Formats: sequence, C-alpha cells, structure tokens
Amino acid sequence: MSGLESLYQELILEHSKRPHGKGLAPEDDAADSLLTGTSHQRNPICGDEITLRVRLDDAGVIRDVTWDGAGCSISQASASMLAVLVEEKDDGMPRAEASALIDGFREALRSRGTIPIDEETYGDAEALSGVSKYTARVKCAMLAWVALEDALLRAS
Amino acid sequence: MSSSTETALDARALRADFPILSRLVDGRPLVYLDSAATSQKPRAVIDAEVAFLTNENAAVHRGAHTLAAEATELFEDARATVAAFVGAPPEQLVWTSGATAGLNLVAYAIGNATVGRGGPASSRLALAAGDEIVVTEAEHHANLVPWQELAARTGAVLRHIPVRDDGTLDLDAAASVIGPRTRIVAFAHVSNVLGIVNPVAELVVLAHAVGALTVLDACQSAPHLPLNLPALGVDLAVFSGHKMLGPYGIGGLYGRADVLDALPPFLTGGSMITRVTLDRTEYLPPPQRFEAGTQPVSQAIALAAAVRYLDTVGMDAVHEHERVLERRLREGLRTIDGVRLLGDSPAGIERVGLAAFDVDGVHAHDVGQYLDSRGIAVRVGHHCAAPLHARFGLTASVRASTALYNTVEDVDLFLETLADVRGFFGVGA
Repeated sequence: MSGLESLYQELILEHSKRPHGKGLAPEDDAADSLLTGTSHQRNPICGDEITLRVRLDDAGVIRDVTWDGAGCSISQASASMLAVLVEEKDDGMPRAEASALIDGFREALRSRGTIPIDEETYGDAEALSGVSKYTARVKCAMLAWVALEDALLRAS
Repeated sequence: MSSSTETALDARALRADFPILSRLVDGRPLVYLDSAATSQKPRAVIDAEVAFLTNENAAVHRGAHTLAAEATELFEDARATVAAFVGAPPEQLVWTSGATAGLNLVAYAIGNATVGRGGPASSRLALAAGDEIVVTEAEHHANLVPWQELAARTGAVLRHIPVRDDGTLDLDAAASVIGPRTRIVAFAHVSNVLGIVNPVAELVVLAHAVGALTVLDACQSAPHLPLNLPALGVDLAVFSGHKMLGPYGIGGLYGRADVLDALPPFLTGGSMITRVTLDRTEYLPPPQRFEAGTQPVSQAIALAAAVRYLDTVGMDAVHEHERVLERRLREGLRTIDGVRLLGDSPAGIERVGLAAFDVDGVHAHDVGQYLDSRGIAVRVGHHCAAPLHARFGLTASVRASTALYNTVEDVDLFLETLADVRGFFGVGA
C-alpha cells in the first residue's frame, strides 16, 4: 500500500461518506431518565468542529454516542467509528472502559506509527492506525475522542 | 497543456539558487505552492546569516570594539537596504519580528497615546469612546485581532468594509463605513486568500478625507510587486521578512515621519532611551524608540540579502512572471469539475499568484493530503482569515500560492493532480 492508501483506507472513506451516530440525540429524554453530557470541540488549525453527546444510564453506563459536525474525512470517519464502538456493546459501555479506550487511542495516535490500533478492541477504528504517521492529522482523528472525554466529564 | 509559456524571468534558472527546491518529498520532486505562508530562501540569504554569525557577530549600538562597530554598520546598512526596497528612507523603517508584531506595536502604541502617554505630541493619535476603527472583511487575523483588542481597551467601535461575491472590496460601502468618527483604517495591500490587489489609493483618499490614520498590511505584496510605500500614501505599513525570501523573526514597520514621531513606544527597556533615572525615562526618536532590547541582527542582515536578491531579479520581472502563473492557475482551476474559487472575478482585477478554492465533496485537508502525496505543497485551512471564509460559507479552503521560483510546469502539475482528487475520494463522476 502506498502512503496515501494506508492513510485513506477504504473503511475510512466509507465511514466518512455514510457516518454512524451523526445527528444529535435529544438532550432531555425523560422516559429513559438518561444522564447526558455534551461537548463542543474545534480544531483551530482548520476550523473543523464537532458537537458530541453522550447518554448514560443510572448505573453510569454509556448507552449511546451521537454527534454532529463538519470536517475532513479522517475526523468524520473517526467520530463514526467511535459511535459504532459504543453502539455494538449490547449492554452499553462502562465509563471506565471508555476512558481507557480514549487513553489507548491517544497513545497509539501519538506513537508516530510504533503502536498499532488493535482491531479486537477498537473495531473499525483500527483503520485509523495509519494516521499516527501523519502528525498533522492526529488532531483530526482525535477530535471526536477528545469530545467524548470532555462530554463524560460534563455528564458527571 | 503546453509547457513552453514564456515569462518575464527564467524561473528554472532561479531555482538553482534555492537549495530546498531540489529536495524530494516521498521520492517525488517538491512542488512548493505555499509561498504565501512562508517563502523559500536562496543560498545568498542563508549564507548572509551564516557569514555574519561566523565573522562579525556582536551586539549593535553599544561597545567600543571592532566587532561591535562592524555589526552596527552591517545592521544599519541592512535597514537602509530594506527601507530602499519599499521606497523609504532608513529612519522611517522600524525593525520588528514580523508583521504581527508590527501591527501590535501600532495598536498598543495608540492605546498608550489614548491613556496620555507620549504627552501632547501623541494626543492626535488618542482614541475616545465611540471613535471608529475600520478594517475589511478579508483581513488576516493579524490585522483584525489587535484592533479588536484596541477597541475593547479604548471604547472604540470596530467596523468593517464588506467583500463582494467577486472578492473585491465594496468601495461604495467603504464610503459610508468610513465616516467622521473613523480614526484608523487598516487593510491588506493584497489579500492572503483572494490574491486581489486592493485599491489602496481610493481607501487612502476616503480615510484621509476624515483625518483617519491608514495602516497597510503589505505582507502579500512586498514579495510579488514593486513596492513604494510613501507613494501609496499610507501612514503606516508592515511586512514580514520570511514571506519575502528572508529569515524568520524579522520584519519591518514603515511609518510617515510625523506619524512615527507622534507614536509613543510600545515595548520599553534597553536601547530605546536617551536618559533614565529611577523615576522616569526619555526616549530616542524613531526608529530606535520602537526597538527595545537586543535586536534580531543576523536576521536583519539576511533580510537585506533577500531584498538585494529580489532587486537583482527585478520586481517588475517578478510581477510579470507571477501574473502569467496567476492567470494559468486561475483559468486552470475554473475548468476542473467541482472546484469553486473563493472570490472569483472577471479579468481586469489585479492579483498576485495566489488562489484559494473549495473542492465539492472533499475536505480541504484531504485535498492537501492528496497533493502532498504527489510532492505538491499547498496550504489548507482558513489561512488565518476565518471571517472571510465564513462570508463565503466555508470553514476551510485550499490555497495555492506562487513565488518567483515557481514555473509554469509547477502550476500545470498542480492542476493535473488536483483534477484526480475527487476520483480518489470517490466523489463526483
């Protein structure tokens, strides 16, 4: 694979064109008595923006992640992959698990290609492994994950 | 596309003077189309800085030893050389670390005048609550944010001249925006996003008719056009060395003699004083009044080497050459499916070799990444002009910008490569 194809894997282009979790869930959903946290993040270099909302149940387990925003294919795909990761957990994702995922994702992206993103743990987001070799694009891939980190803080 | 277009200078020969232009990017020859962000440096500039640090380095304007005298002479010769390049006498050129520093110097000095610093000599520059500062909708953040801050500190009101759909300034609106309360009119000579050469003379007439001070951002004109700041009639003007083949950390603030005389200092400290007691200080006249602390001496000397290089090529030839590149760039971009130029306008609008555009369905960052994989360097993002992008309904665009060392082949390769971008990302046909 050439450098460009390893960065823009087919999965990334697919997610960016047909994103999951795009469109914010309502903040007040009394019926489900969900706790919500919303974060707005901006990449000052390119003006990309994301608003991400996390909803948790009484036990502090994440039930869903939804988002809205505009940005490059990497940032859009990354947000979509993050939403899928939560969506695929039938019993939701505990807060601590999400924090650990975010930390691991950040570490891999900042590793300049030395730490791969594990498919077992990260699902489709494994396709973002190539981004870590492009330091200028790390922020694009991190944007949604930073937003989730912040949204979880706000939901406490 | 033909690759044999004649231009006013032999860019292929000039390229040999720029060591970086022969490097490879991922195995491909570098095509550098990001000179509006920063220019590349000829060997003469790199050598000038090394030669000074190797042979004459010493603190200027102090010390009695041989090196200090030689360094001072070279430093002041550099001032005269760079001042002459913009048509000014040396005492009207203040060294700054760049255009941003120059604009902040002016804004803070006016703020100081407003609170009475500088005494009666500076009072004509003082702002009162309700006075107006006028900028344009197309300004780089460096010529916008310092004025927002000055307005916030003084109670002045910030207004702007709108940009038309074709990218030109709305001069009819300017005539009503600039009014009896206007005290400062700050604008770019050439927009760093649109490449349009703004009608300086018309804006100066409007500003001076109401007694307002004019402040010109000449960053994007100095490297591309013959520049004579006194002839333009502006009161103050700034430029950055690194955009005109010079080093980082050096730039110029030009001022009309009476305006510089009236400006109180911004940064204070060593090298800008005549007499200091524990209680008070008297200041040197311009330009030293605005040059507190140790100056970027090797950078100033290397900037002089840069303008000597530009003078040797000839700014008329540079301008003519880049005109050819600009037309080819703009005409080529218009023919690519899904490409929308920001502020496109009919022929007849004077521009430098620069175009910003949007690619339908592909984000600017992705366009830039694709071009980079083919060795082509462009700028992506809002280019520090977020309000202008908002005006065109965008948060980011792609910008290709030329300099004297770009060839017609550079532009053609860029256009051919760009035509493949939407296909790669699976957008369009």
